[in-house]
Amino acid sequence: MKRYGEHRFPGKLFVVEGIDGSGKSTQLMLLHQWLQAEGYGVVFSEWNSSPLVRDTTRRGKKKQMLTPATFSLLHATDFADRMEHNIIPLLKAGAVVLCDRYIYTAFARDVVRGMDRKWVRELYGFAVKPTAAFYFRVPLEVAMKRILEGRNGVKFYEAGMDLGLHEDPEQSFHIFQGKILEEYESMIAEFDLTSVDATLPIEEQQTQMRQIVKAKLTQAKRLRVAP
Amino acid sequence: MRETYSVILPKMDLTELTGRLIVIEGTDGVGRSTQIKLLRPWLEQQGHAVLDTGIKRSQLAARGIQQAKEGHTLGRITLSLFYATDFADRLENEIVPALRAGFVVLTDRYIYSLMARAIVRGLDPAWIHNVHSFALKPDATFYLRIGVDDLIPRVVFSTGFDYWESGMDLYPSEDMYESFCRYQTSLLAQFDKMAQEYDFTVIDASPDIRAVFERLRRGISRVLKGEPREPLFAGPPPQVAEQDRDSDKSASMEKPHHPGAEK
Repeated sequence: MKRYGEHRFPGKLFVVEGIDGSGKSTQLMLLHQWLQAEGYGVVFSEWNSSPLVRDTTRRGKKKQMLTPATFSLLHATDFADRMEHNIIPLLKAGAVVLCDRYIYTAFARDVVRGMDRKWVRELYGFAVKPTAAFYFRVPLEVAMKRILEGRNGVKFYEAGMDLGLHEDPEQSFHIFQGKILEEYESMIAEFDLTSVDATLPIEEQQTQMRQIVKAKLTQAKRLRVAP
Repeated sequence: MRETYSVILPKMDLTELTGRLIVIEGTDGVGRSTQIKLLRPWLEQQGHAVLDTGIKRSQLAARGIQQAKEGHTLGRITLSLFYATDFADRLENEIVPALRAGFVVLTDRYIYSLMARAIVRGLDPAWIHNVHSFALKPDATFYLRIGVDDLIPRVVFSTGFDYWESGMDLYPSEDMYESFCRYQTSLLAQFDKMAQEYDFTVIDASPDIRAVFERLRRGISRVLKGEPREPLFAGPPPQVAEQDRDSDKSASMEKPHHPGAEK
């Protein structure tokens, strides 16, 4: 079994990370468009999207049955399914795989929920190391403003309501995201994340991202897959 | 105070878990659930409140695992983690509350089965040990041990071969019988290894149900009274395991313990 480390597959894996409201999904979407136009075989994989685990996660969240331990293990199960059936085969096939959130999301959230830091890192020991992991760095207040303006109400687990941080969901969300932000900050050096200043104009961030990706794709084969 | 194998889950208070956690382990078809059905009323007659639990019975994950297994598309890491989720849910919501209330918790399999299955499927032993390191150390683990030769007639003439119990995900090119033998033999080797590592009480499961029940009752009585088990089970564990291995060789299909096997 592979431990977390450099993969030797012909494909490339790029991931985006950051707190809610950091703009990472927008950036990944723009990168996706560009890679497709450039003729690469690109596949997108989203956090928490395995069809195998979906019903269980949905039920657990809806009935608020999840504890920090089961929240952590269920997300790891979901990730494992995508890793085994999706990401690794695609990398073997030479695809460029894009992930919106990766193991660092789990490291941040699970540790904030009180899970042992080392245990969580070992739990994801089967994951392959990304070619590059972009961390969209944004001050908490900026992210909060983006998020709370755009939607009505945050969900129970999203706001970290299971932790009993605050009775008001918005306040709880604020505290929870602040703690997650601290975890991300400490992971920049630990995992050599590529920081992007997420307060810059969208176009500028995207230019930075494309430069870095381009440099990593020099040996990648273009699959000429029709978009 | 109770101990876990390493990490402690958030908000898990390990003090005052006054009940007893008793594990019944063993391979598929060895008669674990039959024994638990006998043990429960026996314990209750003595005034003990009993919780019986087992793998894949959690409110959270049981249904999901069943659905996933029906599809036969589960990866080995995914399967292990899904079971670990099921275990964590039962540990937090059933086992720990029952121990706090002073129950005798009888569990049909524990993390040992989950780890053995994962290791047989080629996963890193250190990784799977870490995954389950939040588990409580039980008060005793009774390992019902049987050789593959004795196991085959029991399985064939009761439930028949099951896809997963035959390790068909591991050896898809073989027929169910061949695959079952290979898979169960590998599992047995893992259990034997763990029997020493985790200090299992090994019980020979090849005699009839009553005789096995008798051994279990004696063992459990000692656990409940807080007596050491050494005087009862003579000889150090390695010797016991070796004797058992020898008896497996002599006990073959020629002298089946299951009455149906002769037909």
